[in-house]
Amino acid sequence: MRLTEVYPVGQKVEIGTVHFSAEDIIRFATRFDPQVFHVDEEAARQSLFGALCASGWHTCAGWMKSYVTFFEAEDRRLRSEGREPPKMGPSPGFKKLSWLRPVFAGDTITYSVTPLGHRDLSSRPGWIMNQVLCEGENQRGEPVVRFESAIVEFA
Amino acid sequence: MAEKLYCYEDFTVGRSFPLGPRDVTAEEIIDFAREFDPQPMHLSEEAGKASILGGLSASGWHTSGMMMRMLTDSFLLQSSSQGSPGIDFLEWRNPVLAGDRLSGKTTVIEARPLKSRPGIGLVRFRHEVVNQKGEPVCTGENAIMMGMRQARENAA
Repeated sequence: MRLTEVYPVGQKVEIGTVHFSAEDIIRFATRFDPQVFHVDEEAARQSLFGALCASGWHTCAGWMKSYVTFFEAEDRRLRSEGREPPKMGPSPGFKKLSWLRPVFAGDTITYSVTPLGHRDLSSRPGWIMNQVLCEGENQRGEPVVRFESAIVEFA
Repeated sequence: MAEKLYCYEDFTVGRSFPLGPRDVTAEEIIDFAREFDPQPMHLSEEAGKASILGGLSASGWHTSGMMMRMLTDSFLLQSSSQGSPGIDFLEWRNPVLAGDRLSGKTTVIEARPLKSRPGIGLVRFRHEVVNQKGEPVCTGENAIMMGMRQARENAA
């Protein structure tokens, strides 16, 4: 089955949640984004953000973690129902990414995907390019991140 | 607060900053993938070779993180950065494989004061990361909020 046969275009699908502890935020940022507002609680209070908050890349990595976990479970579910799961491939990138609000220590983010459309790739027979809206919101229902991802699928 | 080397006024259109070099190890590819992107081609050489990526390859989000670290080490930590509202686009153009050496540059493509936040300007950059063969692996554009030197001096 194709992705959009299982998850219709325009229909939002919740894919999972990730909790962001201060320890996780600092550990990620120390490796990839050691700006003071991501690694130092005191300095973060003096910044525009007002408190320790996750690197935007950490927020995105949380989406990816949810996506992989969700599709592993969906793979099992669809097979158990006798349906062939969509064969998802790599992504060539994304666009229109907005970090709408900071993700603060203690926040829990719920992620989702909404298929926007798909097209067959004429240059690569058997490949489908999906456009997917990816979003995350915090425990108060406030949006924190959104972007549009391209994801390859094998027909 | 310590004097910052780079404030909004220093990011003139056309100015560029070098990125890297940064060596990519199998260990860190697997380490990142285990936590955030546990797909087979990011976890083992065998599965990577069997995939269209051609070898143990970094998650695109790992590549993005490595690009970010090259940006912080190049100039961001010495700047008046106040974070970024987002990314216009980012393309993962070739796989990043274990053993690759990444480098590149980032170039200022636009700079304007923010009306909504006095003392802060928005600087838009084009980032280009290549591997040791000069092949592009990660290209993108995004804006970063930078404090103005004038505002810092007034506050001092």
